[in-house]
Amino acid sequence: MSEQKRKYPPGQHPDLPPPLLMSGAIFWIRSNLLNSPLNVVLTVAAVFVLYQLVPAILNWAFFDAVFVAESRKECLALGSGACWAFIGERSDQFIYGFYPAEHRWRVNLSFALMIVAVIPVLFAQIPGRGQLLWFAIAYPVIAFFLLVGNTILGLEPVETSRFGGFMLTMIVGITGIVVSLPIGILLALGRQSEMPAVRTLSVLFIEFIRGVPLITLLFVASTMLNYFLPPGTTFDLLLRVLIMVTLFSSAYIAEVVRGGLQAIPSGQVEAANSLGLRYWDSMRLIILPQALKISIPGIVNTFIGLFKDTTLVSIIGLLDPLGIGRASISDIKWSGLATEVYVFIGAFFFICCFSMSRYSLYLERKLETGHQK
Amino acid sequence: MSEATPKSLEVSDEVVIDISHMHKWFGSFHVLKDINVTVRRGERIVVCGPSGSGKSTMIRCINRLEEHQKGTIKVENIELTDDLKRIDNVRREVGMVFQHFNLFPHLTVLENCTLAPIWVRKMPLKNAQEVAMRYLERVKIPDQANKYPGQLSGGQQQRVAIARSLCMSPKVMLFDEPTSALDPEMIKEVLDVMIELAEEGMTMICVTHEMGFAKTVAHRVIFMDEGEIIEENEPDRFFNNPQNERTQLFLSQILSH
Repeated sequence: MSEQKRKYPPGQHPDLPPPLLMSGAIFWIRSNLLNSPLNVVLTVAAVFVLYQLVPAILNWAFFDAVFVAESRKECLALGSGACWAFIGERSDQFIYGFYPAEHRWRVNLSFALMIVAVIPVLFAQIPGRGQLLWFAIAYPVIAFFLLVGNTILGLEPVETSRFGGFMLTMIVGITGIVVSLPIGILLALGRQSEMPAVRTLSVLFIEFIRGVPLITLLFVASTMLNYFLPPGTTFDLLLRVLIMVTLFSSAYIAEVVRGGLQAIPSGQVEAANSLGLRYWDSMRLIILPQALKISIPGIVNTFIGLFKDTTLVSIIGLLDPLGIGRASISDIKWSGLATEVYVFIGAFFFICCFSMSRYSLYLERKLETGHQK
Repeated sequence: MSEATPKSLEVSDEVVIDISHMHKWFGSFHVLKDINVTVRRGERIVVCGPSGSGKSTMIRCINRLEEHQKGTIKVENIELTDDLKRIDNVRREVGMVFQHFNLFPHLTVLENCTLAPIWVRKMPLKNAQEVAMRYLERVKIPDQANKYPGQLSGGQQQRVAIARSLCMSPKVMLFDEPTSALDPEMIKEVLDVMIELAEEGMTMICVTHEMGFAKTVAHRVIFMDEGEIIEENEPDRFFNNPQNERTQLFLSQILSH
C-alpha cells in the first residue's frame, strides 16, 4: 500500500460528480470521428461526398424547383430543378385514383375518421380512450359504407375498381395490417398446439403461403378463383385482394410471433399453471403480452414490408400509385418527368413507413419495464 | 420456533397428500422409482438430496407440472389424472414457489399478486388488492407494491413470489429450492418468511439445501438419490444418526463447510 494520504477516511468518501469534458462538441468529434487514421480518412471522404451531394439535391428539390406551371416547356423555362407543378396538377389522381370528384369528400371524411379511430388504439394516454376504442371497432363498417356507398344511406355507390392511388394503398395496407395480426397470433398458437389437427393445419397454411410469392396469390385472386366459384358470382376484386394480402401477412406474422413465444422462459407458463390459470387466460395475460412485446421489431418489419408490397396490385389491374405514376408519365404534355413522379411516390411511402418505424420504437420504450433479469 | 407447541402436536391426522407407488419416466429414463409419501395437514417436510435425484420432479408431480406414468397421487382427496378439472382443482389448493421466482415481469408486484385471485377465483378487483396488500405486508414489502419485478432484489422478488402464491389461500405450499438462486444476505430474509409461514401451521413441502431450516422447522426430512427415497426420518435422528450410507455420504458433503 502506498504511503499517500487519503483525502477522506475510509467509508466516508462522498459521491462526486464526474470530471468536466474538455468541450462537448469538439470532444465528441475528436473521440468519434478523428480518433484513428482510418476514421480520419473516412470522415474526410464522407464530408466530401456530402458536399457534392447535398447542395445538388437541395437545389434540385427546392431552390431551383418550379411549383406552378402549365406544361413541361414552361417548367424548363422557369427553372432547372424539379417540376413539381406536374405533381400538383395530377395530385388528385395520385391521392384518389379515379374516385368520382364530387364524392371525394367521403374519402376525406374516411381518412379523418381513420385518424380518430387509430389514435386511441396506438396511444394509451388519450383522454376518453374507452369510448374512442368503441368507435375504433365500429370504424371499419363506417368506412366501408362511406367509401363504397349504399343507396339506403343516401350515398351513391362507387365501384371499387375506381379506387386508386394513395387511398388504395392505405385501404389495402391498413386492412392487411389490422386483420392479419390477430390471425397471425392464432396461427402461431395453433402451430404450438398439442392437438395434432390444429398443429398440422397451421403448419400447412403457413408453409404454403410462405412458399409462394404474393404476386401468384394475387393472380389466383384475380383469375383462378372464378373457376372454383359457381359461374356468375361476382366477388369484388378489391375484396379478393384484401383477403389474399391479409392471409399472406398473417403467415409471416405467425412466424414472428412464434419466435417471440419461444423466447419466453418456460417458468412463466409453469408459474401461471401453478396458480391455476387455464390455457387461454395464461396466454392472454402472461405469455402473449411478453411475446408480442419481444416481437415488436419483427412485426413492424413485416407490416412495413406489407405496406410496400401493396404496390403489386397494379399487376392485376388495380390502380396503385405506381400504376397511376406510369400512366401520368405517358402524358405528352409532361413527358420526361419520371424522376419527379417516383420521388413523390417514394416520399409518400417513406413518410408512412418511417412513421411506423418510429411508432415501433415508441412502443418498445413505453413497454420497457426493466425486466431483463 | 415457539417452544410452547411441540412439533408433534401441530400435525393432524388428516392426509393432505398421498403419493403411492409412483413412478415417472422421461422418455426411457426412469427418473422416479416407487415413491411413497404421505403428508398430513400441518406437516412440514424437507426433501434433500444430490442434484439429479428427482426431488424437484417429485414435487412438480404434485401440482401436475410433470405427469407421472404409474402409481397414484392424491391431493386433498382429488386423484391426479389427465382430467383438466381435477388438475385445476388441485392447483387451486397447492401453491408453488420456484427457484428462479418466475414473477411476471410485465406486471407490477401488486398485479402479480392479484392476477390469479381475479381470474381464477373470480374475486373483484378491490378485494383482490386488499388481500394482496395484506400478504405483501406479511412478507414485509408493502412499499414495493407498484414496482416492477425487475426493479427488486432477488430476496424481494422471492418474497413477492411467496405472497403471490399465498393470495390464492392454498392449503399446501411447495417450495422448489427457494433460496438456491439468492445471495447469502438475502437467504435469511426469505427463510424468515418461510419460518413464519410454518409457525402459522401451513402444510409445506420444501426442497432445499438449507439444513438449518430443516432442523428448525421440519417434521420429517426425506433424502432422495437417483430417483428413490433412501431415508426418511425426524430431523434429530436424520442428522445425528443417519442409517443409510448414501445419506451419510451426502450429509458429510453438505455439512462439511
